[in-house]
Order: sequence, then structure tokens, then C-alpha cells
Amino acid sequence: MKDEVQTPEDRSASLKGMGCSRKRVEDVRFTQGKGNYVDDIKLDGMLTGDFVRSPYAHARVTAINTEVALKVPGVLAVLTAKDLEPLGLHWMPTLAGDKQMVLADGKVLFQGQEVAFVVATDRYAAADGVAAVEVDYEELPVVTDPFKAMDADAPVLREDLEGQTEGAHGPRRHHNHIFTWEMGDKDATEQVLGEADVVAEEMVYYHRTHPMPLETCGCVASMDKVTGKLTVWGTFQAPHAVRTVASLISGIAEHNIRVISPDIGGGFGNKVGVYPGYICSIVASIVTGKPVKWVESRMDNLMSTAFARDYWMKGKIAATREGKITGLWCHTTADHGGFDACADPTKFPAGFMNICTGSYDIPVAYLAVDGVYTNKAPGGVAYRCSFRVTEAAYFIERMIEVLAIRLGMDAAELRRINFIKEDQFPYQSALGWEYDSGNYHAAWDKALKAVGYDELRKEQAQRIEDFKAGKTRKLLGIGLTHFTEIVGAGPVKNCDILGLGMFDSCEIRIHPTGSAIARLGTISQGQGHATTFAQIIASEIGIPADDITLEEGDTDTAPYGLGTYGSRSTPVAGAATAMAARKIRAKAQMIAAYLLEVHDDDVEFDVDRFVVKGAPERFKTMKEIAFASYNQAIPGVEPGLEAVSYYDPPNMTYPFGAYICAMEIDVDTGEHQVRSFYALDDCGTRINPMIIEGQVHGGATEGYAIAMGQEIAYDDMGNHKTATLMDFFVPTSWETPHYTTDHTVTPSPHHPIGAKGVGESPNVGSVPCFSNAVHDAFRPFGLVQSHMPHDQWRIWKIADDLGMHG
Amino acid sequence: MIPAGFEYHRPADLTSAIGILQEHGDEARVVAGGHSLIPMMKLRMADLGHLVDLQDIDALKGIAVGGDTVTIGAMTTQHELITHDGLADALPILREAALQIADPQVRYVGTIGGNVANGDPGNDMPGLMQCLNARFSLTGPDGSREVAAREFYEAAYFTAREDEEILTVITIPLPAPGTGYAYAKQKRKIGDYATAAAAVLVGGGTASVAMTNLADTPIWSEAASAALAGGDTEGCVAAMLAAIDPQEDMRGPVAFKKHVAAVVLRRAIDSALSRRS
Amino acid sequence: MSKMHVKLTLNGQEVEGLAEPRMLLIHFLRENLKVTGPHIGCETSHCGACTVDMDGKSVKSCTVFVGQANGAEITTVEGLVNEDGSLGVLQEMFREHHGLQCGFCTPGMITRAHRLLQENPNPTEEDVRFGMAGNLCRCTGYQNIVKAVLASAAQLNAVKEAAE
Repeated sequence: MKDEVQTPEDRSASLKGMGCSRKRVEDVRFTQGKGNYVDDIKLDGMLTGDFVRSPYAHARVTAINTEVALKVPGVLAVLTAKDLEPLGLHWMPTLAGDKQMVLADGKVLFQGQEVAFVVATDRYAAADGVAAVEVDYEELPVVTDPFKAMDADAPVLREDLEGQTEGAHGPRRHHNHIFTWEMGDKDATEQVLGEADVVAEEMVYYHRTHPMPLETCGCVASMDKVTGKLTVWGTFQAPHAVRTVASLISGIAEHNIRVISPDIGGGFGNKVGVYPGYICSIVASIVTGKPVKWVESRMDNLMSTAFARDYWMKGKIAATREGKITGLWCHTTADHGGFDACADPTKFPAGFMNICTGSYDIPVAYLAVDGVYTNKAPGGVAYRCSFRVTEAAYFIERMIEVLAIRLGMDAAELRRINFIKEDQFPYQSALGWEYDSGNYHAAWDKALKAVGYDELRKEQAQRIEDFKAGKTRKLLGIGLTHFTEIVGAGPVKNCDILGLGMFDSCEIRIHPTGSAIARLGTISQGQGHATTFAQIIASEIGIPADDITLEEGDTDTAPYGLGTYGSRSTPVAGAATAMAARKIRAKAQMIAAYLLEVHDDDVEFDVDRFVVKGAPERFKTMKEIAFASYNQAIPGVEPGLEAVSYYDPPNMTYPFGAYICAMEIDVDTGEHQVRSFYALDDCGTRINPMIIEGQVHGGATEGYAIAMGQEIAYDDMGNHKTATLMDFFVPTSWETPHYTTDHTVTPSPHHPIGAKGVGESPNVGSVPCFSNAVHDAFRPFGLVQSHMPHDQWRIWKIADDLGMHG
Repeated sequence: MIPAGFEYHRPADLTSAIGILQEHGDEARVVAGGHSLIPMMKLRMADLGHLVDLQDIDALKGIAVGGDTVTIGAMTTQHELITHDGLADALPILREAALQIADPQVRYVGTIGGNVANGDPGNDMPGLMQCLNARFSLTGPDGSREVAAREFYEAAYFTAREDEEILTVITIPLPAPGTGYAYAKQKRKIGDYATAAAAVLVGGGTASVAMTNLADTPIWSEAASAALAGGDTEGCVAAMLAAIDPQEDMRGPVAFKKHVAAVVLRRAIDSALSRRS
Repeated sequence: MSKMHVKLTLNGQEVEGLAEPRMLLIHFLRENLKVTGPHIGCETSHCGACTVDMDGKSVKSCTVFVGQANGAEITTVEGLVNEDGSLGVLQEMFREHHGLQCGFCTPGMITRAHRLLQENPNPTEEDVRFGMAGNLCRCTGYQNIVKAVLASAAQLNAVKEAAE
């Protein structure tokens, strides 16, 4: 290779660094079926565990008879709460400062709750064992409505909290109350509301749903009695945190626990928390001395693992007659199910719900959230969103539409009037956040132009005429959303998970022959970290991405990190990667200067080498420098070439976007058809455009499902109605819309490479976009608010209630 | 996810299969494509000690398109129905309906016999067979008999078939040339059962209307058919609405289902009328 | 329950084993034969992650008992790799067009796409979306999967034409 012939552009391209659509390294094994997921793991003598689960939503457990089950061929043990109690493991702490039963301790609080754990030689024997366990229940009154749960005479759910008027997040005012969280200025907001020209008030419900990754949760726990070391493979989005928590609750010293997240088949927040299956497998392994595997079924997953959302958000938005918003008030009732197992940073029991001022310059605001217990599965988690950001974005994007109706204004124009302006960044929101950067007007104008907004409105106006004249039974809805997200948790001073600060990490080691290995504290569940983080290193250090192995997930080797969820990998671990790379580059500079016999400041970095300033024919490539670091005795410089960075971000990052869709609605059948969906995302610096586009397609499809039919539903007796894929809506390739993606780039000023993260933006932005399209279609006929999901019967009901079927 | 244990049989002919059913009574069940029965077994909602696999029995296979009838072996898969060119020409409504059943994988394995014999109110073939006035051949220890599809369904999962009988062949009289046809189905997504589905034949002064998943059996309405034959679409719809008895489920409440049933039927009628020749 | 003898052809090789009659084909493949490409994503036959190619048909192996599969010819995604170990056309195109993210649906998707292209070597986008509707994906939103399948069709047709 004649180096002199290659231009800097050629050299840069061959690195496959930031900005290029590098093909994924993971795909070679995945496309051949050679991934390594938890259920692929098979160890000698491995046993299988499975749960006996409660058919009742609220009941006393008066007897558990395991006699028949223990006689089933292949069944070795049946664990109940009584067996876990001496170990102090019949309950476990949740990430939200509550505690949760591992196995039913006297009562059950939701249908599907774990009652007993059967350990057997294989999954067929385990299933037979489960069927043979006899449990006696005494049914108790059920409450599934969070408002009814706060009635004075509501059934007592958490008898274990009896008399406790102080919870983890402050005072509790009722036996089913969990916490109250407030932000903003209540008095000032109420004053503004009282004096405003216009106040629009609405209850906006973001219904309960579930992240439903295609791979369910599971683990293999293996206690080695000889070494005293516990190894746990599992579907863990935060392997290090799991290790620390496992140590704290089991008493096994942390250096004797190794947690490994292998390939994970999608997480979407479902795999952040610790589930009873993990604890029971660990205990069973310790008790039997054999590895124990637990992999849940889809019904188990939908019935008992962490749900998402279930926020009743009452909003009041004040504005001038001309449309300038003067204040925002929000009270949220948060339904957490039987236990508050919300995966939030400790100080944020309602996550970052206070991003609910959204993209708008709102001078005064107040937010209060009340958490409530009900007889439903515990949670909730951030289903492909930063903590509660989807709820906040949905809330404000609905309130804007409601306000537009009140004012008789076009909703696109109302947004534009109220956007935070480019020169207002960094922007201090009325609810306590400092937005790092944004250019909302540019994104909005680009989006409206790209979809031909004015033409769409004209077409819609004609359609309304045609509908009224009886020429058509189909309405056209235009869905608008401009969202601002808050991701990248987060600064250690206010972000921790169970006391573990939410920094993240990257460790890089360059080998003598110039290739490298890097390890991170995060863990991909499909986001392509092994491909993209190598691109960051390639650009920062000048080594080809193809020469960099990137590993995550093994707590014995990876530096400590808080894992992957809430779009935090790029903002935090990506920053750590850049910082570690820069440490290496700084050392490389010294080595280069030594080799070139000049002063450190006389060389500068040029793509993949250090050149002498003013004499570019004199250079040392990174490859040469790498070898030199193992070969040369340089005064004052240690041998080797590696660095680690633990990055404490100074702030979150604030990706944003403008999404617009056009939707046809059949008022007689309730069917819909998404004609077009345009998504403009601004995630700051774009590391791999191909992967960003894939994230938008995937997130928008999850959002489509949520808005148009996906729900976790219960009847009044607490019976789960959507526990299989028959009724839990996951669209196929046929229903899923086609997406047009676009972007603007507004780098984050505080992030080392200006990147903000994008994985969850499409779920945040698409749900209000689809929902607003449905509302927009019916707006001319009098609709203000109708709760999601907008499945066929609910859309039909809107039309029916508006008298369209007469 | 894991079924209870059973003994597996794979008889080579019909007589052997019937023999096994005789021997084990209600402990034994036949399996065709298995995509209705096996999911139930996995949830332990179907209890059986003996499973009789019909896949090797030649007497249950084959499609014959005759001058005025079509005979289809019970083990014919939806995929075979869809890809049989002769059938597409002679009886296009069959293919139109089959393409709306489940998804490609299920259609490769699911059989017309399984679809009609199970008595599942969600299945599409029963209503269609009633619309077509098909006859089901049943063979048991005492010989063979035919039962009209219109007389076959008693309640959800209860049919005229005795436990020891096997549904072997479906005989369909071909509609008169030029008859318009349509199978229209509203569902939540591909793979779902019908929120409402309608099978319609109309032409030459005759008509036949049957509805699916709007009662605990398919509903063939004589009154609706007569009204349509007489050119009275609204009378047809009214008669259909009087005949169905939909239940509320996650697809929606009763009022919604009734409304959609009417819309789906009207669309099927429009389509069928336009296809007359 | 006593076990039965199961014999079938898997990715061109004759394989056999003992299994209870109630054993599902997906478990026989994954646990007895250690072929872990096909995955389990549900238990109600909806998701398609377990899809294999059986006697020329796309079949959900979670809804087949081992006895039913006795004597069958089965191809899984592992069998779609070329003899020299390089990726087959579909596998290459899925990679080229970012048709996968977490990889969990991918074996079933590719195995189904393989059969779809046998049924119809010249599908339109609509044909692909309809033909792949038995396989769920949570990561990709299907758009790049469709692209990958269409690109595979184009590639396979080009190879066929070149050979003629």
C-alpha cells in the first residue's frame, strides 16, 4: 500500500469511523443462527426451574402442598417463601425503594404472581411439576382502578406496609398510596391559570403496555461449590448493577459473583430490573450444587414482568388569546401495580416526567405525581424511552392539540409560536431541567416542507366536505409531534440506581501490532454497540474500526457501568469511549514526539498518524506508535498503550425531533391506514446513519403498536386479558407503515463528540404522532380527547359517539 | 408451553386410525395440521392420552375438480388450496378465503379438514362451507355418512361428528357459472381471527350468505340468503343481524361487532354482485 | 412416558435421537440436536421465531411434535450457509441492508424468506410484506428486512440469468 498516494479522505474512509454506515460485525453470527442467547446455554448437569403462578389477582395463600409435585419424575425440589425466608430472600428490594415478594408470602397481589419454584431435570419435568403443585387460595377483593384504590374503604393491598406513613420518597397518605413527587412552582402556576385568557383542561391517559422483547427474560445460575464462585448468565440490561445487588442481598462477596449478559434478544427496558426468577435460580443452584436455568414463557413475561406507562395525566394549559402559552399544570396518577418496581434513578420516583414542558418555552409550570398500588403486575419500566419521557411527551403533545382546539388555531402554528428559540439554549425549563441545545424551528420548518403540510391541509379540507356530502366514509388525519427527550442518565450528583452513580465507562487496550480491544459498562440488546463504539475509537485514535474488538456484558472483565436503557449508552459510555481514546491519543502523541525526536507540541494528529507540524513527510502511524509502546524505553512514559475512563456526564442530553404522519380512517369499521410517516430526528453527532435509521424504524413501529392497539388490559377481577400475542398487539410486516427518515444535526455542547443518543426518540415521538392523527381526523366533528389505544373498536366508538353512524 | 404426555400413533390407513379411536374412546384425538389442537395442548387445555396423526393416510388427500362438484380430501392444506390452479378457476371464493386465514406458515400446515372439523367459531372454512352448501363425509367404525355443513355445527367445539368418526372428504357443489362470490373478513392484524367475516354467493336468482365468528357456530342465514336472492340487500343485512349473536371480547363490544358485521356483509355483497357474469 | 425413536434429515445430515412423543420439534432441535438457530418467542404459535423449512414448507417448529417430523427433511438457518462457510445470499443481504438488530427473529425470518423466494422469485414489496407476515420483529420495523429480501431476489435472479 503506497501510503503517499492515499489522501486524508481515503485514510479516513478506510478507518470506517464516525459518520459512516459501517456494516455490523454482529450480523455475521446472527444471520447464521450462531448467536449466544441465554436459552442457548447448556451446562453439564443443568436443571430447569419454572414457577407456579397465582390465578387470582388478590388472595391469601393458605396452603401450598408440594407432596404430589415432588413425586413427579424429574422434579428435585419445590421452593416456597418459607424456604427463602431463612436466607432473607423471600422479599427483595426494588429499584424504586420498595420491596417485592420473590415468592408469595402469605398472599398474592396480581394474577400471575410467583407462588412456588419447581426445580427439575428438564423443562418438561418442570412443567409437570408445576401442574402438580396444589395451592389453596382465599380470594380477597380486587382493585384495578388507581382512583378507586385511593378510596377510604379500598382494600388494603400492602399489609407489609401497614402503619408506614413514610415511604421511600416521602409521606404516604393512604394505605395504597406510594409517594407524591412535586416539581415547579404550584402557587405561581395556579395564579397564572387563574388570570389567563384561555385555559384548556384535559385528562390524558397513557395506557398500560409492555416492552415485549421477542426473547423473554431468563438466566442460568451456576454456583461452583469448589471455587465458591457464583456465575449468572442472564438477560440483564445492567449486569454490573445486578452483580452488586445480588451480592448485597445474598451475602456472597461481590468478587465471587460473575454476571454475564450474553446476546440479548431485545430489552426495551423489560430487562433492567431483577425478577424472582433470577433469585430463585441462584438459590436453587446453591441448594442443588448444579446450574439452574430459568427461561420464562411469553405469558409469564406479559403477566408478571415489568409493564410500562399507566399514567393518568390531568393537564391544564394556560395561554394568551394569540396562542402564547403562559403556564402548565399537571397532576398525574401513576398506577404501579402490586409493588413499585419502577426502574428509575433513586431521586426520581416519577422518572423525568418533569420534561413535560416539552419543546415549548413555558415560563411557569407545576407537576405533581401520586404513585398508587393496584392488583396488577409490578413496575413500571421505561419501554424504549428515558424514564417516563414517553408519558411526558405524549402529555404535552396532546395538551398542545387540545389548546389548539380551544383557540381555534392550526396546531403546527401553535407549536411554532411557542418553541424554545435557538438562542435560548442552554435553556432552563420551569420544571428544573437545563436543555443542552436545540433548533426546533429549523426542524419544524424542514418537516412541514418535506411532507407538504399546506397541501395536506387542503386535501383534508376537501375530504371533510366530501364526507359531509356523503361522498366518502373515510377521514384524513394529520398527526403532528415535536418532541424533546431527556436521555443519558446521568450526572452522579443527582442520578443513581440504588446508590450506584450513573456514570459509565470504557477501557481500551491497544495491542503491539496495532489492533485493539475495548470494553464498556453498557450492554447492547440489538443497538449494535460492537459496531458503533468501535467507530468512535477509530475516529479518535486512528485505528481501523475493523481492527477493534468491542466487548460488553461480562462483569469480570468489563469496567463498571450502569448498563443500557434510557438511550444512555452513547451519551455516557460513548463519552467515556471518546475520553479514554483521547487519553490514549495523548500518550501516543508523546511516543510519536519521542520517536520523531521533537517536542510533544511539535506533532499534531492527522487521521491515523502524528505528523511533525510544518513537515508532514515526517510522521509516525498509530500502528508504529502502538508497537513502539511495547518496544521502546521512553523516559517518563510507562510501557503499553491503554486507558480507562469513567465518565460522569455534566448533564443529560436532549435529542429532539419532528414527526408528521397522514392517516386514513374508516369511520364505519374503525380501520385505519397510515399513508405516510415522516420522522426527522436530531440526535446531535451521527455515528452510524444506517443504524440510526434502523432505530427509527424499530422505535416508530413499537410506537405504532402502542398507539394503535397494544395494551395490557385487566378486567374488574384483575384477570389479565392480553397475555398472549393473540390479543397483545404486535404488528406484522403487513400492518407496519413505511417510514421516511430525515435529520438535522445540533450537537450537544457538553458531550465530547456532540452526540445525544437516538434509540428511544422514535418511541417517544411516534406515539403522539399516530395518536394526534386519529384525533385530528375527528377534530372537525367535535372530538377533543379519546384515550389510546386507537384500536378498531375504539375508533369506531369515537365515530359512534359523534353521531356518524346515523 | 409444555403439553402433558400422550402416546403417539401414525396409522397408514383410515381403518387403522378408526381402530385406535375405537380402542381409546375420548382419550384419543386425531391431529391434522395441528395448529388448532397443539396450541391448546401446550396450554394444557386439551387433555388426551392418544394422538392419532393422519398425515400418512392417502384416503384423506387430493383435490378433484369435476364438472359440477369439487371434492377435497380433509388433509388438504390451505397452501394446497391456494396453489391449485384448477380450483382457483372453478371455485375462486375458496382461494380468496384461504389467503385470509392466519399466516404463511400456518397455511402450509393447516388443513381444510382441521379447520372445519374442530368446531372453533373463529375458523373461516365452516362458514364458507355452509355458504357453499358443502357436505362432509364422516367415516367411523360403522361405515361412512354425509352431513351437510349447514347441519354440522351444534355449539362451540361441538359438532355432529362422533368421537370415533374421522372427517375424510369435503364435497362442494360448484355454483352455477357466472355466480358472483366474495369472502370478506375484518380482522385486527394478519393472523387474527375475524372480527366479522362474510361469505357471499349471488347470481341467477340465487344467493347464499354465511357469517363467521359472530356466534358460537358459523351462521348460515336462510332468510338473509333469500332476501339477497330477491335483490334486497338491506333485507339481507337485517336478517343476518337477527341471526348472529356476537360476544364481547378484546376485538370489541357487541354493538361494534354487529355494526362491523353489517358493513363487512354489505361490502361482500357489493363485491360479489360486481363479479357476476 | 416412554421415548420414541426420531429420525430425520437436518441441513442435509441424517440425525436421530430419542424423545418423548410430546416433545416439540423446536425443543428436539435446540436441546437434543444442539441446533439453536431457531428460537422461542411465544407459546401460542404467533411469533414465527421458531420457523424451519420442513419438506419444502415454512413451518413453525414449536407447533409440531417430533413424531410428526419423523422422516422429514428439515433446513434451519444454519443450513443456509454456503459449503465454504461463507454467508448465503439472504444472510449477506440481511447484513448489507441492516435487516436485523438483536438477531432473535433473524433465523426464522431468513428461513422463511428462503422459502418465500422459492415460491415467488420475483416478489413485489407487497408480496414480501404479505409473505413474511408470519414472523414478528420488535427491533427493525420490517422496512430493512423487506429491502434485504428484495435485494436477495435481485441477486439470486442475476446469478440465475448469468448461468443461463
